[in-house]
Amino acid sequence: MFVKQLCVFLENRAGRLNSILDILRDNEINIIAVSLADTSEYGILRMMVSDAQKGKAVLKEAGFSAMVNDVICIKVSHKTGSLSKVLDILLAENISVEYMYAFANGKYASAVMKFSQPEKVAELIEKDGIEVWSSEEITSMSF
Amino acid sequence: MIWNETKECMSRDEMTNLQSSRLVKMVNRVYHNVEFYRKKMQQMGIEPGDITGIEDLNKLPFTTKADLRDNYPFGLFAVPKSDIARVHASSGTTGKATVVGYTKKDIAIWSECVARILTMAGVTREDSIQVCYGYGLFTGGLGVHYGTEYLGATAIPMSTGNTEKQLNIMMDFGATVLASTPSYAMHLAEALEETGRLDKIKLKAAIMGAEPWTDNMRTHLETKLNIHAFDIYGLSEVMGPGVAGDCIYHKGLHIQEDHFLPEVIDPHTLKPVEFGEVGELVFTTLTKEALPLFRYRTKDLTSISYEKCECGRTQARISRFKGRSDDMLIIRGVNVFPSQVESALLNIDGVKPQYLMVVDRVGNLDSLEVLVEVEERYFSDEIRELDKLTKKIAKVLQSALGIAVKVKLVEPKTIERSEGKAKRVIDKRKLY
Repeated sequence: MFVKQLCVFLENRAGRLNSILDILRDNEINIIAVSLADTSEYGILRMMVSDAQKGKAVLKEAGFSAMVNDVICIKVSHKTGSLSKVLDILLAENISVEYMYAFANGKYASAVMKFSQPEKVAELIEKDGIEVWSSEEITSMSF
Repeated sequence: MIWNETKECMSRDEMTNLQSSRLVKMVNRVYHNVEFYRKKMQQMGIEPGDITGIEDLNKLPFTTKADLRDNYPFGLFAVPKSDIARVHASSGTTGKATVVGYTKKDIAIWSECVARILTMAGVTREDSIQVCYGYGLFTGGLGVHYGTEYLGATAIPMSTGNTEKQLNIMMDFGATVLASTPSYAMHLAEALEETGRLDKIKLKAAIMGAEPWTDNMRTHLETKLNIHAFDIYGLSEVMGPGVAGDCIYHKGLHIQEDHFLPEVIDPHTLKPVEFGEVGELVFTTLTKEALPLFRYRTKDLTSISYEKCECGRTQARISRFKGRSDDMLIIRGVNVFPSQVESALLNIDGVKPQYLMVVDRVGNLDSLEVLVEVEERYFSDEIRELDKLTKKIAKVLQSALGIAVKVKLVEPKTIERSEGKAKRVIDKRKLY
């Protein structure tokens, strides 16, 4: 149900993003999806990667503040209105989205999402048959 | 104009005689009324009778801010509580304030000292002084206020902040003298200029204190506002503003020597420096009743000259300050020690983060930015959580320091560590 997300803190300074990408490359960690949330002072880099725990370890080694947490990665078909259909179900239960980012792979579009009440979301996913990616599916994705 | 010619222009011999007789009396009084000093003197093996004049000054023990803090709040007072007419306090390094007290006579002498310095700056009873120092526990506001009234001028007790209101009152009430920190005066000047109101004010002089400033700033301020700008110096432990001030010749600040006996020492050896050399300024109060202090270490670095000034005054003069012998910063007129920041940060969750204080002057106002490394325990995947953390740190620091603080989160290991010890302060202002 949940998938592992790698998050890194980075300052808004030239070259910071690149040095994170270099570290991941040197350790053969593949990035499947990435988003950068930015404020005027700093950013949080959130990623789906081939090995989140290893990613955290190598980034920490290099001095970055990194963490791994659970998010939900929803499968959405390439059809107008399919994401809103999923969100309608969640909204009806008063669940809000903390953040999200999307990526596309072949047949599906995918939305990585963090919700206000993850446990409740998990229940709804079961009940309403919302399709999600498993951790194994994500980490083995390559294009 | 000289307010008190007898005292401000006496010969060196007369002055040292006066200081000596006052010192002898003061030491006697303190020995019998302040346990802290009595014990210290006993430990050092000296009795009041050993002090026969100012040449014996170096036999007396030093006093530091820590001594005042250790005797918080009233432990060093030399008079019964019923004789205390007022207290003031300044922020302390560990959360505890340094408390000072005044008898009615102390306040009268304080007012006299301020009146002398205002007169030195050309202020007369015809003037209206807009006092933009904080009123309250801080000595600045009330100190200058009482001196203004004593002189017979009009006090406009504005206290700090609210620039637009300050400017309106300044124009409407026709203030002729501004008393504030130099950086706030610059800020007011700039605001007047931006709104095209520079010709609407009647200012002729500014009495600047509570923070260091440069000759460049003086010239700038004088040109922009078409005024004369003067220095006023003081510290709450010794009295408050009015300990020293400068005259139109700007050749150093005249010390009110009949009340405050100055010395300049080497802060390491604690021995007097050679005449005219730079060292740490030390004051012994000569007339204070409530809180008399022996050899109080100001931590301000300066030198002393005893030559008669062109203005006619013979008082000792201290040069523009050359810095501090400790790590205290003065930000918007407020004294800030890095250790205050450190203990405030420690209070957030018991573990001290790596931090760096960056002090700057932006648009004539001091700013304090504190960079805090986002160690793993602070990190979150949500911007909202990091924003909350930023605000929480800012709030804790603001309440500990009494000034607004901008907090910036930075990556771990980005604050420079030198020889295992991190550099805690970068002061981009060039004030000394």
